[in-house]
Amino acid sequence: MAKVQVSTTINGDAVSFLCEVDETLLDVLRDRLGLTGSKEGCSTGDCGACSVTLDGRVVCSCLVLGAEAEGREIRTVEGIADGDKLHPLQEKFLEFAALQCGICTPGFLVSSKALLERNPNPTESEIRFALAGNLCRCTGYDKIVRAVQAAAAEMRKG
Amino acid sequence: MPLDANLDPRTHQFKYVGTRPLRPDGVDKVTGRAKFGADATAPGMLVGKILRSPHPHARIRSINTAKAAKLPGVKAIVTRDDFPETKDPSLKDVLYNVMAREKALYDGHAVAAVAATSASIARKALKLIEVKYDILPHVTDVDEAMKPGAPLLHKDMITDGVDPAPTKASNIAAKCEFGHGDPEEGFKRADHVISRVFKTEATHQGYIEPHACLASVGTDGSGELWVCTQGHFMVRDTCAALLGMDVSRLRVTASEIGGGFGGKTTVFIEPVALALSRKAGKPVKIVMSREEVFRASGPTSSTSMTVKIGVNNAGRITGAFAELRFQGGAFAGSPVVLGAMSCFACYDLEHVKVVGYDVVTNRPKQAAYRAPGAPMAAFAVESVLDELAQKIGMDPIELRLKNAAKEGTKSSYGPKYNRIGLIDCLEAARRHPHYKAPLGANQGRGVAAGFWFNFGGQTCVSLNVNIDGTVALVVGTPDIGGSRASMCLMAAEELGIPYDKVRAIVADTSSLGYNDISEGSRVTFSTGLATISAARDAVTKLCARAAKIWGIPADAVVWENGYAKPSGPNAGNFEPLSLQDLAKKAAKTGGPIAGHYEVNADGAGVSFAVHLCDAEVDPETGRVQIKRYTVVQDAGKAIHPSYVEGQYQGGAAQGIGWAVNEEYIYGKDGRLQNPGFLDYRVPVCSDLPMIDTVIVEVPNPGHPYGVRGVGETSIVPPLAAIANAVSNAAGVRMTQLPMSPPRLLKAIFDAKG
Repeated sequence: MAKVQVSTTINGDAVSFLCEVDETLLDVLRDRLGLTGSKEGCSTGDCGACSVTLDGRVVCSCLVLGAEAEGREIRTVEGIADGDKLHPLQEKFLEFAALQCGICTPGFLVSSKALLERNPNPTESEIRFALAGNLCRCTGYDKIVRAVQAAAAEMRKG
Repeated sequence: MPLDANLDPRTHQFKYVGTRPLRPDGVDKVTGRAKFGADATAPGMLVGKILRSPHPHARIRSINTAKAAKLPGVKAIVTRDDFPETKDPSLKDVLYNVMAREKALYDGHAVAAVAATSASIARKALKLIEVKYDILPHVTDVDEAMKPGAPLLHKDMITDGVDPAPTKASNIAAKCEFGHGDPEEGFKRADHVISRVFKTEATHQGYIEPHACLASVGTDGSGELWVCTQGHFMVRDTCAALLGMDVSRLRVTASEIGGGFGGKTTVFIEPVALALSRKAGKPVKIVMSREEVFRASGPTSSTSMTVKIGVNNAGRITGAFAELRFQGGAFAGSPVVLGAMSCFACYDLEHVKVVGYDVVTNRPKQAAYRAPGAPMAAFAVESVLDELAQKIGMDPIELRLKNAAKEGTKSSYGPKYNRIGLIDCLEAARRHPHYKAPLGANQGRGVAAGFWFNFGGQTCVSLNVNIDGTVALVVGTPDIGGSRASMCLMAAEELGIPYDKVRAIVADTSSLGYNDISEGSRVTFSTGLATISAARDAVTKLCARAAKIWGIPADAVVWENGYAKPSGPNAGNFEPLSLQDLAKKAAKTGGPIAGHYEVNADGAGVSFAVHLCDAEVDPETGRVQIKRYTVVQDAGKAIHPSYVEGQYQGGAAQGIGWAVNEEYIYGKDGRLQNPGFLDYRVPVCSDLPMIDTVIVEVPNPGHPYGVRGVGETSIVPPLAAIANAVSNAAGVRMTQLPMSPPRLLKAIFDAKG
């Protein structure tokens, strides 16, 4: 199959890649670019483990074609920390034991970060609905919601 | 291994145990660096895909792979012919489940597999494989499968456990019985007797990470396997046996595991990937799709149950009987035995009997799901108790307290209990503010108790003292919920060095002795016990090195807070030597310092939980909302309380899904109708409230610190607690799960007449 060449920005870096026309962005990230932090839990957009931002908006990368990344700006879990300095969300997820197995964590971090960027002071209910597209089977969400609340408070302090 | 003498875990001042440090694998898991099953690659790697039966029951007349083999890019194809018959009867069902033989026994049963240079070529190749089926009548419901004349899955299945043995084959694989006394006698003494029939649908563990593995077999026949599993030693031994390899020639590494809950305690794709790799001479990676996970991994049983309980007006249970009918998919082995053993285990009963039937149907072979068998059985028993409490006008916790098992009680499944914590949990639940909080309109409160055995098992741990005084802790039980943190805490406690000086890893199968699967809530208990013992072994050696340096007898040295010290003035006057000092001098005092421990651990104390649930029912739509939820559970001793709470909350959340939403839906054609997260709906964040937890600590006499397993008990009470809450809210007794809107609405309308 003929491949398309795509130029895009991932976590701030200019990236070019070749991919098949029917290849998902998730497959490109994982299999061609070695960014395996985004996970495939369903490939139907139901679990959110593959969440990334595309021009600032949270998308399931399993429902986006690699070719659609042309000229766009993508951010993945690998781009959340600033070098070895963790983002407050990452710190609070650890401190609050908001992960057990950790497979859903990249998606939750991407979705939570996008939430806090547009709403720095969300209510519990707003957090729960903002994260309703991310499935976690281990935690019952309690500690995840608390971690997001704590990170929001920390970030508001600046 | 008994509780340490003179150690009362409730008053003892632990230095590290009971604190909440960050987990050692944490940073990797919040930065995307952690490597899970599907994250590994190898040079020259091929993609493996599996062809699955679209029929629930069919004879496979022929499989023609010629066209697929000619497709450019296809490097290997395997079918039943590539898996020789096994001589080991215990592996027969595993083998037949991995790759169908004469018959496909369920929708999704593997029939052939391909390895190709790309996923798209592998998918095309699957379409070119020609399979000729003779379609047979099928059965997916447990009660239907038990009827005479039902479509027969295995022509040689004679019910086990029946004397005299039946002469005719049936779908009933086995019958089991537990109990003591005579329930009929007990019912005669009752003031009230209630008997009801219950049904629960099959649910899936729903781990977010699909099964994944990367296999590589060299031309010399030795192989490596990277796999997400709860038990890599089990994977090694099973795959080696199925493929005719020496165990020593297969090295299995457990990846980080993205959830298991019992579902990753057997093999599905691993032998297939190895067989493909062996044939192709290249590494092969297989990753299940979500649809494959639903159709062809191991969900839990669906059930049909009859429970009859009698009580007197004083609230004592006079007699109890249950008949449990569990279908476990296409092969024997449903968890009905565990359901039958556990269903009355909370209570001190004079007359109790449980009969269980293990039934096969045309569904995927079930695998363990968190306290296998117990949640469904508890749903039936605790629902009848709720009704009986109302009948005699007694508080439901009071009724349970009047009958609660305690130390010395002969359990319904046989053994006498050692020290247990059910009464403590019931009292803590009754004291909890949740229990006294007012309820709103259309809301009901439910209470239920639950029991789980907890396992021990074969365990092996090594602890290496490094040259800089840090410690490498080597365990063989995959970390499914933060266990490396708990192990580091216990090692730090024993050695008297800071938590972050100890790093735990899960070793591959060639680097450590055999370890049983991470299942049965056994890891913090068994691997913890082995870690403590390995640390004590290292301490003995550290003390001997200090004795050697000081020139005094080894028994004149004691270990305190990370230092070797002379045991008293008579031993001599020497500056204490730290673990770091001794590590640095190791080469000159006898070489490397390491502690080891191997055990087949027993003494895993049973545990109990009591759950409180407030549910709101929308009488117009039948929708259930969980408004408040509290878990009270005995942990024996919580090593890392955050992860204990996490187990409580996670079990409750899975129970909520099971009770109100989740179900395997089979069509008349015997095919699974909802193999995806859109139609098989697990709870999402906006479905749930915060889940409150109370950690009760009644020490387990079988562990040095009193630890009991905590992972499974938490899913035992929810089905019943939620059903009781919903029944109380809706004013109609719900005897079938899930209580999905259509089912609940129908029950409400039927009750209104």
